[in-house]
Amino acid sequence: MPEQPFEPDRVIAGTGAGGAMDLATSEAQTLERTPGGPLGTGPAARPRSLWSDAWRDLRRNPVFVISALVILFLVVISLWPSLIASGSPLQCNLAKAQEGSQPGAPFGYDGQGCNVYTRTVYGARTSVTVGVCATLGVALLGSVLGGLAGFFGGFWDSVLSRITDVFFAIPVVLGGLVLLSVVTSNTVWPVIGFMVLLGWPQISRIARGSVITAKQNDYVQAARALGASDSRILLRHIAPNAVAPVIVVATIALGTYIALEATLSYLGVGLKPPSVSWGIDISAASPYIRNAPHALLWPSGALALTVLAFIMLGDAVRDALDPKLR
Amino acid sequence: MGRYVVRRLLQMIPVFVGATLLIFLMVNVMGDPIAGLCGERACDPATAAQLKKEFGLDKPVWQQYLTYMGNVFTGDFGTAFNGQPVTELMSTAFPVTIRLTVVAILFEIVIGITLGVVTGLRRGRPVDTGVLLATLVVISVPTFVTGLLLQLLLGVEWGWIKPSVSPDAPFGQLIVPGLVLASVSLAYVTRLTRTSIAENKRSDYVRTAVAKGLPRRRVITRHLLRNSLIPVVTFIGTDIGALMGGAIVTERIFNIHGVGYQLYQGILRQNTQTVVGFVTVLVLVFLVANLLVDLLYAVLDPRIRYA
Repeated sequence: MPEQPFEPDRVIAGTGAGGAMDLATSEAQTLERTPGGPLGTGPAARPRSLWSDAWRDLRRNPVFVISALVILFLVVISLWPSLIASGSPLQCNLAKAQEGSQPGAPFGYDGQGCNVYTRTVYGARTSVTVGVCATLGVALLGSVLGGLAGFFGGFWDSVLSRITDVFFAIPVVLGGLVLLSVVTSNTVWPVIGFMVLLGWPQISRIARGSVITAKQNDYVQAARALGASDSRILLRHIAPNAVAPVIVVATIALGTYIALEATLSYLGVGLKPPSVSWGIDISAASPYIRNAPHALLWPSGALALTVLAFIMLGDAVRDALDPKLR
Repeated sequence: MGRYVVRRLLQMIPVFVGATLLIFLMVNVMGDPIAGLCGERACDPATAAQLKKEFGLDKPVWQQYLTYMGNVFTGDFGTAFNGQPVTELMSTAFPVTIRLTVVAILFEIVIGITLGVVTGLRRGRPVDTGVLLATLVVISVPTFVTGLLLQLLLGVEWGWIKPSVSPDAPFGQLIVPGLVLASVSLAYVTRLTRTSIAENKRSDYVRTAVAKGLPRRRVITRHLLRNSLIPVVTFIGTDIGALMGGAIVTERIFNIHGVGYQLYQGILRQNTQTVVGFVTVLVLVFLVANLLVDLLYAVLDPRIRYA
């Protein structure tokens, strides 16, 4: 047996083939919740929970406010793209191919004569849908499986740990290429399904770790001594105290899923041409990079800004929830 | 030490079997391995049946998997679509990707750790904020965008580099592709090192070292850095596998004929043998890199002993 002064799982938990998602994981490891509750600031003061403390910090954090506004804007234009863009993203006029900025087409036209501005606005919907749905799926599946494994331990816990090891050994882009290259459906759902399939082990490790930490707290022992059932302990006592790291990692992962969708579409296995996606547009613009760089730059900029907004949001939330930084 | 290594090697077996089986199932069950052999047209049923028999594809999947793994352990990875043995493809592709990965890792170590130490020691100062913002931007721009932009700027507009890499891919031509491949991980290494340094800076042993009157340089390199590197080494070690797998995008942009290129071709042409063969080797690389990282812990932190 190795004599290790640290818990191996905690160090190794920050690893994996997920590439972009790893840092989120390892940084979230430092996020240990101290049991919330009244800190005794005087009998008159109302006890502040970690959440209301965090919310107070967030509202004052300019990074949070800016990224939240960007995200709000993205959500609005992905719900109602016609608010700021007229015409259809599929309406293209070859005669205008590669033309630069002009009235009605502030971002110019791409190699097929499509309006880059319209396509960039409509592309937001794909990215936001994929990001939000994949994150919800991953967070639900991962935290339920990881949480249960961490709480009950034993045989199924070991099985789950080995399964997550297997998933971490497969490079993400590679798995996407293999799985999605045979899919013929041209909707976002296979892409989302793939992300949930390959993404849940990341969240499950975080959830397992934080449930194990929360489980050892005195208030859990107290609840157990009072005769609370497993489900009550899990839902009322452990879940609220173990959910913070999951939220942080999931927010940052949302940005990386958007980037992953674009990468897969760029490689030709995510969404395919009649659909509108930034990845497709960037891929289509790359042969004309010399004559019409604007067709590449605008969707790339939109993609980068979106990913940046989600990563900064996650960063801000982590800082607010991390008591060590106070 | 020896016993620990043996135990870890044994633990690698189920992960290896699981990962290769998963890829094997994905490739075999979801695609039609015969379809790639008849070119664009569909195979006629008689030929298809004969080909299936020839390759043992009429047997159940688990049996195919066992046969395949048996062959792999005798060094036979099967044949690619053009009749070339897969091992031959590997012998041309892996050296290229290994060179690319080495360049990327060097960037991560040299630039990432340096920036991390500099910012970690000056937490909250303008340098720190600037670098932190820069890392956020680098993380947010997907690799393929960074690659295309650098290719456009350095290769096409300014002509500093060749936009596509020649087939033998010497180190000199791999510098920019290596930087692109490393970019996101580079930002992570910077941030991890920064966090770790900033946390350990306040620890007792650093204060002791300073109190002993050691020069600042020695305190940082010998005491602070060595203790702060464990999470960074973990990240870089596991990144080796991710870099080699993630090279698909970089290799496609710069037209590098490495592992990613062969895998991409194999997947497009539904060539099972190539895909499974390359992925098997990649999984092995990932597992061995993880093992080496764990052994490195003992070097970095003498408190960790593997009995």
